[in-house]
Amino acid sequence: MADPYTTLGVPRDASQDAIRDAYRKLAKQHHPDLNPGNAKAEDTFKAVSAANSILSDPEKRGKFDRGEMDASGQEQAPRESYRDHAEGGSGRRYSRTGSQSGGWSDADFGDIFNSVFGERRKTDDDRPSHGQDERYALSTSFLDAVNGATRRLTLPDGRTLEVKIPPGTADGQVLRLRGLGGPGRNGAPAGDALIEINVAAHRQFHRDGKDIRLALPVTLTEAVLGGDVEVPTPGGLVNMRVPPRADSGTELRLRGRGVPAHDGLPAGDLYAKLNVVLGAPDEALEEFLRNWKPKNPIDPRQDMREQP
Amino acid sequence: MIGIDAVIAEISGLKRQDLERWIANAWVRPDRAAGDYVFREIDVTRARLILEMRDEMEIDEDALPVVLLLLDQLYDLRRQMRDLNNAFMQVAPIDVRRDVAAHLATHPR
Repeated sequence: MADPYTTLGVPRDASQDAIRDAYRKLAKQHHPDLNPGNAKAEDTFKAVSAANSILSDPEKRGKFDRGEMDASGQEQAPRESYRDHAEGGSGRRYSRTGSQSGGWSDADFGDIFNSVFGERRKTDDDRPSHGQDERYALSTSFLDAVNGATRRLTLPDGRTLEVKIPPGTADGQVLRLRGLGGPGRNGAPAGDALIEINVAAHRQFHRDGKDIRLALPVTLTEAVLGGDVEVPTPGGLVNMRVPPRADSGTELRLRGRGVPAHDGLPAGDLYAKLNVVLGAPDEALEEFLRNWKPKNPIDPRQDMREQP
Repeated sequence: MIGIDAVIAEISGLKRQDLERWIANAWVRPDRAAGDYVFREIDVTRARLILEMRDEMEIDEDALPVVLLLLDQLYDLRRQMRDLNNAFMQVAPIDVRRDVAAHLATHPR
């Protein structure tokens, strides 16, 4: 990875304010949600975020300056972003053309495409014409979309369709059922039924491509001394070993426990981020803490004072 | 299903009153079930983007509707282009597709 000072374009003695301003300026320009489909902007943004994660943190910056830490390993895990959803069918939720159902409205044809497709409404009545594709939406739970499920969809005309939701289906994905749309005219084949799958968000799991993330509550004892804990995964409970001296925010990976293998893709991983929960402390813990003199005292709020 | 409390817990730095105001402004449009908000993943990522635009990019809330209007139109156009591309792939014969690609490559935009 490049030198973070070069990436942000600041001198090595830049103040924290100057670093924050440089980061903000670059983020405005390269934020991937504002540059959809532009892989270069996305790469730049990743590099800028990684550089910022070192330089915005005085402790990490000091380590880097003293050569105790190199710039690699600061790549942040890719996270789910707005464009992943807005680009797909589910993005129609925020459409400005008023077409929510899927098919193109007159406004979609608009002035750009009308000159190309202005002829579309003049059809010869005796010519064979392919049946219309019909669009439907089907809501599903997060786990049914991840693991796959079969659902029955009742159409407005009373027909029912068996819809097989394949494992790993993403929010906004459209399933095509051939020949189950509108009838063709004058001997032409029927159209297709296009079923947009709307995936409800899950209380604990968050999908990130083929990986799944969750926040895992652990006790103080489990975090400090380590131990085996049960972790919910889309496939059920799995045992995981928490290493000794873990902390809130430590992220542990369960390989292959994310979205199951599908469409030739290998199974994703599950990332569990530890969240230490104290519960109701008792007298023994209070007594211990009163007498405890930490060998390595920390100031967890150092950042906040330096970057209000 | 994920409700407003889970969204606030998920997005660090997001305050309930901000999210409620954004919903009232129709910048974020969750579903409603039995009087409660129900968020889809697109709603959660949109709320996070709005927070980043306001706090990291310093676009104040008076200016945000303009940005969202343009952003929504950008994504509308990208979806239309994708639909058009898909329709073209399904309907147009290969030689027509090649001709169009050649035409686009040799004509200035």
